[in-house]
Amino acid sequence: MRIDTCGTSCPQPVLMTKKALDSNPAADKIEVLTDNNTSKTNVKKYLSSNGFNVEIEEDDDTFVLRGTK
Amino acid sequence: MEKTKKASDEKVSFFESKKGIIFTGAVVGIIAIILVALGNPKNMGFCIACFERDIAGALGLHRAEVVQYIRPEIIGLILGAFIAAYAGKEFQSKGGSSPITRFFLGIAVMIGALMFLGCPLRMMLRIGGGDLNAIIGLAGFAAGIGVGIVFLNKGFSLKRNYKTSSFDGYIMPIFAIGLLALLIAAPAFIFFSKEGPASQHAPIAISLLCGLIVGLLAQKTRLCMVGGMRDQIMFKQNYLLLGFVTIIVVTAIGNVALSNFKLGFEAQPVAHTDGLWNFLGMALVGWGSVLLGGCPLRQLILSGEGNSDSAVTVFGMIVGGALAHNFALASSAKGPTANGQTAVIICFVFLAVLSVANSDLIRKNI
Repeated sequence: MRIDTCGTSCPQPVLMTKKALDSNPAADKIEVLTDNNTSKTNVKKYLSSNGFNVEIEEDDDTFVLRGTK
Repeated sequence: MEKTKKASDEKVSFFESKKGIIFTGAVVGIIAIILVALGNPKNMGFCIACFERDIAGALGLHRAEVVQYIRPEIIGLILGAFIAAYAGKEFQSKGGSSPITRFFLGIAVMIGALMFLGCPLRMMLRIGGGDLNAIIGLAGFAAGIGVGIVFLNKGFSLKRNYKTSSFDGYIMPIFAIGLLALLIAAPAFIFFSKEGPASQHAPIAISLLCGLIVGLLAQKTRLCMVGGMRDQIMFKQNYLLLGFVTIIVVTAIGNVALSNFKLGFEAQPVAHTDGLWNFLGMALVGWGSVLLGGCPLRQLILSGEGNSDSAVTVFGMIVGGALAHNFALASSAKGPTANGQTAVIICFVFLAVLSVANSDLIRKNI
């Protein structure tokens, strides 16, 4: 599952992540793209609180958050 | 060049931690108490709405003689956020997420705030001073946030932003420096109140310094009065809410210590007792701020980080402040005005239309 939240600000990225996980509760892998630090932190916190281990890759201005269970 | 780091190995920074947000809330509370002790109106160490309205008056955009002053706290907040963002490599010029919608949302939020007589931050400070009218305001604020969340869950979005010219983000910090120059030079065309709330202020250097400190901390922690409740309700995340609660607790302790704590509804400083309109005013602020993605303080901070959508919102609020006094929409200690009540209702209709039009309720049917 890959969600591109670039350009949107909180709470949208977290909300998009939440919706993706809600519609796919069995998912054990998720990738979220964001381009701002606030959303990076918030999505990271949200994924962590939902039992995901999160790795963050930074490419220029975009962060790729990889969550695995 | 790609840099990969494992978040699990990465330490949560102080400002991202709960200690960080509680620390920030405590500093904001203490600074608010200090500003009042040094001259700001009571329970108004900070009020983003009131202070932007005062700036509108100082620039002559309205001629209400008691609310005209270039508040250095606002200048400090923008510059503090700019410095923190720049130093932390978070400064980025961006914008283009429905700017004109945001401008009018800024006007609506200001009209709601001046109906109640305070932005969400001042609402906390009023609660910390024992003003029970602000508890009614808080209930309205929560209700407004609740309505906004319904639309967020229905897909409400003002759509994405884009990178703008790299200079675009510097406009707001430069504007803040321009305001500071006007404040210090005090040319004849700038208005400064001789009496009333705007004549009461702490010394310029102290107000500026306090604004800078809060601007720095608010940028680092993303402190937001609306975000606090929103994240708790939507995601069960209480990080921002802790900042919000700490501000109330610390100001309450400070006010008790300085014998400024006065529990009750009657004769509270720069406040009125009309419960219904206190509720509705803050409901408008809560709803509008959820649609904007942050409270008036947060908009100011983001404008210092290079976000021109937030800068446009700030100017919407400044224009809203001017309109509120030119059209007699703003409440006073005597209570709300009929014009203000009409304006708040019009703004609710505007928000309802906007919320539906920008959510999946309409889009999916087209």
